[in-house]
Amino acid sequence: MAAGGDGGDLVVELADLSVHYQLAGGALTRLFGVGARTVKAVDGVSVGLRRGEVLGVVGESGSGKTTLGRALLGLAPATAGSITYRPRSGPARVVSELRGAALRRLRTDLQMVFQDPTAALNPSMTIVEAVGDPLRIHGVAQGEERRRLVVEALERVGLAPAEQFLDKYPSDLSGGQKQRVVIARAIILGPEVLIADEPISMLDMSVRAKILELMLDLKRDLGLSYVYITHDLASAKFFCDRIAIMYLGRIVEIGPTAEIFAHPRHPYTQALLAAVPEPDPDRTVARDLPRGEIPDAAAPPLGCAFHPRCNQATPSCGWESRDLRTLLEEHWTRVHPDQYAAERAVVGDLGALDEPATTIEVGVGGADQVRAILDRIRAENPHEPLWQGVKSIEDTAAGLRLHLRGGTGPALRRAGGVEVACVLYPPDATNA
Amino acid sequence: MTMLQKGMPKEPVIAAEDLRVWYAGPAGPVRAVDGVSFEVAKGEILGLVGESGCGKSTLGRGLLGLLPDGAARDGSLLVGGRDVLAMSPKEARRLRGGELGMIFQEPLTRLNPLMRISDHFAETLKVHEPRLSRKEIERRALEALRVVGIPPTRFRAYPHEFSGGMRQRIMIALTLVVRPAFVVADEPTTALDVLVEAQIIRNLHELRSEFDTAMLLITHNLGIVAEACDRVAVMYAGRILEIGDAREVFANPQHSYTRELLRSVISLETDGLHYIDGAPPDLVAPPSGCRFHPRCPDAMVVCAQRSPEEKVVAGTAGGGTRVACWAAERRAGVADLGPEESRPLEREAISVADEA
Amino acid sequence: MLRLARRLWGTKGLARWILLIGIVITAIFVILAIFAPWIAPYGFAQNRVDGAKFVKLAHPSGEHWLGTNDQFYDIWSRVIWGARTALEVILLSVFFSLIVGVPLGLLSGYAGRATDKLLVFVMDALYAFPSLLLAIVMAFLLNAKVGNGVVAAALSLTVVYIPQYFRVVRNTTVSVREATFVEAARALGAGPVTIMRRYLFGNVVQSVPVIGTLNAADALGTLASLGFLGLGIQPTEASEWGYDLNRALDDAQAGTWWPALFPGLAIVLLITALTFVGEGLNESLNPALVRRRVKPARFDREDVPVLAGDEVEVPDLSGGGTR
Repeated sequence: MAAGGDGGDLVVELADLSVHYQLAGGALTRLFGVGARTVKAVDGVSVGLRRGEVLGVVGESGSGKTTLGRALLGLAPATAGSITYRPRSGPARVVSELRGAALRRLRTDLQMVFQDPTAALNPSMTIVEAVGDPLRIHGVAQGEERRRLVVEALERVGLAPAEQFLDKYPSDLSGGQKQRVVIARAIILGPEVLIADEPISMLDMSVRAKILELMLDLKRDLGLSYVYITHDLASAKFFCDRIAIMYLGRIVEIGPTAEIFAHPRHPYTQALLAAVPEPDPDRTVARDLPRGEIPDAAAPPLGCAFHPRCNQATPSCGWESRDLRTLLEEHWTRVHPDQYAAERAVVGDLGALDEPATTIEVGVGGADQVRAILDRIRAENPHEPLWQGVKSIEDTAAGLRLHLRGGTGPALRRAGGVEVACVLYPPDATNA
Repeated sequence: MTMLQKGMPKEPVIAAEDLRVWYAGPAGPVRAVDGVSFEVAKGEILGLVGESGCGKSTLGRGLLGLLPDGAARDGSLLVGGRDVLAMSPKEARRLRGGELGMIFQEPLTRLNPLMRISDHFAETLKVHEPRLSRKEIERRALEALRVVGIPPTRFRAYPHEFSGGMRQRIMIALTLVVRPAFVVADEPTTALDVLVEAQIIRNLHELRSEFDTAMLLITHNLGIVAEACDRVAVMYAGRILEIGDAREVFANPQHSYTRELLRSVISLETDGLHYIDGAPPDLVAPPSGCRFHPRCPDAMVVCAQRSPEEKVVAGTAGGGTRVACWAAERRAGVADLGPEESRPLEREAISVADEA
Repeated sequence: MLRLARRLWGTKGLARWILLIGIVITAIFVILAIFAPWIAPYGFAQNRVDGAKFVKLAHPSGEHWLGTNDQFYDIWSRVIWGARTALEVILLSVFFSLIVGVPLGLLSGYAGRATDKLLVFVMDALYAFPSLLLAIVMAFLLNAKVGNGVVAAALSLTVVYIPQYFRVVRNTTVSVREATFVEAARALGAGPVTIMRRYLFGNVVQSVPVIGTLNAADALGTLASLGFLGLGIQPTEASEWGYDLNRALDDAQAGTWWPALFPGLAIVLLITALTFVGEGLNESLNPALVRRRVKPARFDREDVPVLAGDEVEVPDLSGGGTR
């Protein structure tokens, strides 16, 4: 089931992993449990990390990539599915089922590097205490031996001579140095897998390359496998062997780095690539950007999660009421305020459209008027994919009733050298 | 339309000459901005790039006078021809939010969570154009929102009902509804995702075309500058090292720092890792001569002794690139250096202990 | 420790004077307390010397510096011994409150859920009681078991102040619990005990010294009140200012002012001093309040006028390294 595909044994395997959170909600929710909303931070992810590879997990905020990273270490509880860790020697362990002491023992093999080096270090611990704490917690070494191992780890991450740093506090170090300490603390127990959550995004430009280089050296010297979580496509391209693009809790495209960048298939991947700011004198601002923003994870779009923003959407992508609302609001940002006032009076309150549904009733000013407005909108942009998603329209007393074609979110399927979750690439045909 | 296409140099909307902004510090004044000169013309976007600690945020705030107690400004700062530093505090304050606008990194610093968006606009417009009627205020506000793509149906919503990108657009609309002549945008997209970032940059461009606003775009993201700005100024340790047409500077960086900085950026084209050793200097006691010399691979003896003067060095676009670098000036043949001064400087090795 | 001393020294202005005055006065009382046997001319329950009973209610004079009270005791000695009592009780009660309140707060903040809700409920209930009333109740209850000496008084006061430490530590714990470095500790495999001990403790107790000092001031007031009501320490067990005040009330109406003035003054001075120390500490240690006096920036040229006024107060921005 894992999208690991061909070749390479898997050191970590995710099978249909889901991590759902309940939102606290208002008083009613807390008292009666009514109307509790669920955030599907990670929703059915299956992927494998091959031994010795760097797997990039790329997404914007709200994509679930951070939660995925946390779940891999058991820091976020899995609601469904499983995470299996296969060490080089010893039995495989199902991370998602471990608890308590067994889970803590796992942390000698899987470790994490955090985004904010300042926040990741205990401000009241010196460097030698901080880096030596994993040894103390797992009872690996004491006293002189522990200090020796700490010095060794510090020198390995480039903080040499280590003696200079041992008794300093995090506030005495710069950002790059702190991140090196975080890395030293992560590798001191000799883990096999390192989850790196945006390790360079909070560092200065001139230092980022240094830390990335350090991580590459460590991978080579210590035989590590990485999961590199980031929103920065450029560093992912440089650093990763395979890349998985995440959107609203799902993987929408996954494949070898070269292929993803050379032939991005999913419309979201294409949009991301087009929008990356490059210090290239000949590039200009991207023209064809997807509209809107990443939707609320507690109320995801029906069908394919990306369809409201997609410029290549098809009739069966999952059209629903909220898309009509977006269309109306966009229309109204373009017209004269008087026209807006008139049309608004005909259409009425749009609140009903916020309930996701495929059968919509809209309008208060009479069927003809509403129809006229919709026709006007359609005339402005006949290529708007929503219109193909309309199955039928009937008149009602106050306005119109529209029946939209729904759709289900596509699963990952092979397309050329990658796997992509998009109806543009039908599962059975072979696509280049 | 950019300044390039219009051809003729225009009267700058804002012009700074040897501007200094110093903070009060326990160990002496912090020379956050230490002799900066630039000008921005109408409808032009000037990008200001630099790493953390270079003083770019201070410069942005200093232009508007948003400084803490004990800080002081010096030099000359002309807005629309008038010297801001010579004005009374009251006069200077009236400029803020009116002729001089500011867009912050985090929109929530500007938006009051207890006020509706409509109230925000009413408040802003009442302060700067008190004679507007209520209908007129609403019309102006809706128009500004329309330009940034916020639908009129959301006019009476509260800030928390919007996503991060939309809040930033609301803040841009709030800043521009009073038609300022000049706007400082301090890292407006740093907290946003890359797709939203691209949208916002596009918004800024459209607004520039519509209102002819001059803009200073402060960021550490070089990619944004290349795409969004007409001209760019590279700042380091309180000084502007290079300033010129954006495309020109990125294609042919003159200053060693600019060159090294561009090389260290990880972009889609990167195939090898480069970085600059060392860290930006302490702003209380900066290095002598050129402030970059301890980290500069091209440093000569003179670089540690005398600060280079700004000279026009390369290119013809937009008046050419001005740079303050002995090596660049020597290459262009406009520096007058003796043989002793041109010898390469022996620098101390920079260890990890000095890294940023 | 050195960092702390340096921070204290760096405080300027009014806060510094307050802190200094508070420390000096407290130090005087501490010295009186420690060296009581050598400084006090007589014992605290001594009403005769060389077989001759003291004169009752004698004026302050060469023999009795502060006079005597209606129980034939030397007031100066009573004041000095009273200092010892006061400080003993305060130290004990603050100590007991700390060792119960802080760990409970840490545990409650970290555990969350049912444990937290229960403990918060109990502590809030305790906190809702008027402190004096609670102390009285505790004094009664403890009378049978522990008598009514110094320890009993301290224990009575302990219960009153536990909720304060609990609250502050619990609230800070709840917010620090979400910090990245705590999650990092979990990622390292640290168990709950390790996290509480090494990662949370040092970062949640910053307010405790200030609260402890202010508590001490309040405890003294409550002790004196207890003594005034006759529920505190008996005069034969130890000298207590509140008790002396009570005894002195009737005589004060008759114009005998010295048995009331001096114990009363001692109470007021020590409470004020402790409060000064607490507030001064707060100003020095609380990062939000720390203001440093720095010279405003000046450009060194002759034509720039020297800025009027000397120093300027700016918030202390040097908390951590700049990114």
